[in-house]
Amino acid sequence: MRSFLARRLLSTIPLLLAIVVGSFLFMRLAPGGPFDTERALPPAVQANLEARYGLHQPLPQQLSLYVGGLLHGDLGPSYKYVGWSVREIIAQAFPVSLTLGVLALAMALVTGIPLGLIAALRHNRWPDRLAMGIALLGICVPNFVLGPLLIIVFVFQLRLLPVGGIGSLQQLLLPAVTLGALRAATIARLMRAGALEVVGQDFVRTARAKGLSERQVVLKHVLRPALLPVISYLGPATASILVGSVVVEQIFSVPGLGSFLVNAALNRDYTLAMGTVLLYSALLIALNLLVDVLYSALDPRVELG
Amino acid sequence: MTLRNSDRTRFAAGAARAAGPAAAQRRARYRAVRLRAIATLRLIASLLAAALLCAGCGLHEDLADFTFLNREPETIDPGLVSDPNGGIIALNLWEGLTTRDPQTLAPAPGMARAWEVSADGRNYTFHLRRAAWSDGRRVTSADFHYAWTRLLEPATASKYAGILYPLEGARAFNAGQSRDPGQLGLRCPDDSTFVVRLESPTPYFLDLCALPSLLPVPRWAVEQQGDRWLRPGNIVTNGAFVLADWQLNRRMRLQRSPTYWNASAISLDVVDALPGDYINGNFNRYTSGVLDWVDGSGIPLAIVDQLRTRADFHSSPNLTTFFYRFNVTRPPLSDVRVRMALYHAVDAQAIVEHVTRGGQQPAHSLVPPGMPGYTEAQLAGYQPELARDLLAQAGFPDGRGFPTITLLFNTSESSKQIAEVVQQQWSKELGIHVELRNQEWKVFMATTRELDYDIARGNWTGDYLDPNTFLEIWSSGSGNNRTGFASAEYDSLIARAARTLEVARRMELLRRCEEIVTQRECIILPVYYFVETRLFDGARWQGLQPNLLGLLDLKMVRRTTAKASAAGAVGAVGAVGAVGGVGAVGAAAPAVASGRSR
Repeated sequence: MRSFLARRLLSTIPLLLAIVVGSFLFMRLAPGGPFDTERALPPAVQANLEARYGLHQPLPQQLSLYVGGLLHGDLGPSYKYVGWSVREIIAQAFPVSLTLGVLALAMALVTGIPLGLIAALRHNRWPDRLAMGIALLGICVPNFVLGPLLIIVFVFQLRLLPVGGIGSLQQLLLPAVTLGALRAATIARLMRAGALEVVGQDFVRTARAKGLSERQVVLKHVLRPALLPVISYLGPATASILVGSVVVEQIFSVPGLGSFLVNAALNRDYTLAMGTVLLYSALLIALNLLVDVLYSALDPRVELG
Repeated sequence: MTLRNSDRTRFAAGAARAAGPAAAQRRARYRAVRLRAIATLRLIASLLAAALLCAGCGLHEDLADFTFLNREPETIDPGLVSDPNGGIIALNLWEGLTTRDPQTLAPAPGMARAWEVSADGRNYTFHLRRAAWSDGRRVTSADFHYAWTRLLEPATASKYAGILYPLEGARAFNAGQSRDPGQLGLRCPDDSTFVVRLESPTPYFLDLCALPSLLPVPRWAVEQQGDRWLRPGNIVTNGAFVLADWQLNRRMRLQRSPTYWNASAISLDVVDALPGDYINGNFNRYTSGVLDWVDGSGIPLAIVDQLRTRADFHSSPNLTTFFYRFNVTRPPLSDVRVRMALYHAVDAQAIVEHVTRGGQQPAHSLVPPGMPGYTEAQLAGYQPELARDLLAQAGFPDGRGFPTITLLFNTSESSKQIAEVVQQQWSKELGIHVELRNQEWKVFMATTRELDYDIARGNWTGDYLDPNTFLEIWSSGSGNNRTGFASAEYDSLIARAARTLEVARRMELLRRCEEIVTQRECIILPVYYFVETRLFDGARWQGLQPNLLGLLDLKMVRRTTAKASAAGAVGAVGAVGAVGGVGAVGAAAPAVASGRSR
């Protein structure tokens, strides 16, 4: 286990380096620069601006300076937001995305697990069909449709919730539901499949035969083993929620990292774009690793190595 | 029969004994897995709880008296500010030598209580009022001297340094040709007197003094804090407000400054500037009362027809012209008759009526109306017959033999719709085919700068109330020209206008410049004059009257004493969902809009 972790962690170093070099080169290949604006700059000013950010040096040197900074945890200054470092921007925006992501995940668990369980226990009867119908809807309706629909209903018709932004829990409710819907649906389906498999097992029959109440059978004997596939799904779900919140953040005016990523690419804010890409990549790698470790913890047949 | 826990363990153990060691192992392993699963779930649950707590923090914040939509600016540093959103904030934090009358925009006393101008129009003597910075220091002429020198300093790399080129020695100093700031025409005889000497009489100089770039800057704060001098806690201002909070893409909070010389006249205590890139989201925030005031970035084009009839919809002229640039170096556009033909074949009225729909007016000139003392050089507008004649004269009767040219625009829904209408009009009136090509903004800027286009979308916003701001950009050396047009006659006219003191004569020279750009050479095709569109409840707020320069002077804003209407209940017609794209991400978002009336 320990050697597995060591090997995996070591192998992420070249991977991250490749991501840095790749994103650096792709950013520079795109035409236009961070200081192109509607108003042309006098050549002297342009040169000074470039000198200020080290953009006058040859590319390999810029890259090595950037990588050198990375080693010290320095992600460089933002080109677009004068006087702000990339690290500061990420430190301000990422917790917002993280909170939203965790809330969305909570939503997904809280709705997906009971839905799947009910569906499995009423297999092929109307609650099953209804639950799976809802799940199918959750998978099919994209978030840029669901978000505005929720706004229309809950903000403007029922006037129950604020329209978005950040500062209170109520503001994050709708974005979290929107972001979590797809995962809730997936969890419901996984839960249903898992529970169906467990319900037919000998030990459940034994439990019933012992005369346990249905409630006890379900909560003590069916739920826990049936949860295993859901737990293993949490890793990729967390990753996709954190990386995929860009659209939801826009719709609900949530000041997370998503809009910074998109705008940084459009503004040719090289350092901010690379910093965000790097963070997301590291996150994906870490979560994948976590999932691998979890798999082996949950299913002894999986050997790490 | 029910088994207690201990019984069950014994039962399991008995079963294990019966089934042999392999089964016992399997069961033990299963138990371990189950325990681990439970531990994992507990961990996740506690993480969730922590996150919920974290989301709840900062819950009961003070509400602002007034909130407005303001895109996140690049910076609010007076020396570096280059976008209107940064300008709005800067002008509310600092006060320049002059301010503007919010209605007429004429220069009014600011930090300077009075001034004298020499007979030759080149010397300005400003007398400063007794005023204090937010840290208690006195505002002196040295603060302006420092700020203006800093603006021009090559190392500052200010994008707006050119605005101060009328100052003696400024151009050479900014280009790094002279390194001595003593060469600049700035003198401080004492703390309350500031003397400025200009290169040539610049009739709009007092107008320039009210611009964000010429605001005073506290030297001590910049030198102590470096890049972080603008952060709340470090920032020192001399205007009506101080910056209390600044979180990127989240909020800028302005608070009334107790040290401002006219602090008692200000009604708002706390103002929030909330950023937002997503038009529909901004509109939703306005409709639900989060924002009291939104500009065009909160007004979705899809429902502008409904909005226009509402009392809280405000539309007013703005100092911006939308036009198309011709690349005059490329045939067939190098022929002025072709350019003229293309101009006369465009029905701008149809574009403002059916595409932009916000109250825009078709443009008959480059310089928009409203420049004091100036009459624009008018073009004849939509004349399809004339257009066909001109095209025939140029050798393309009925469009025969006309090569396929490309119309380039930056990626945006409205630019695309306008380009499609123009394409269709040219095809109908002239029988020529024009291809449309869109490029993302930064690419578009690079392409036009390198003259790698045939026809390209453009617009220009005046910085100050003088036609010069629209005309000097077509000089041959100007980086904003980007048409390939170069004329010694034009350059000398611009230079002569800059030296001319007499207003009527100067305006005449500038008008001749405009005639060259549009009537004679037709290097651009004016389409329409922009309007500022806003949503705010005029019955609830005073001092928000729109002006040509799109300024938002928070000093003037106050809540009316009349019964405040409920937040957002200004007869909202539409709660708009995802119409159009979410930046580059959801470009194919389907329209989900719901109209409803209250």
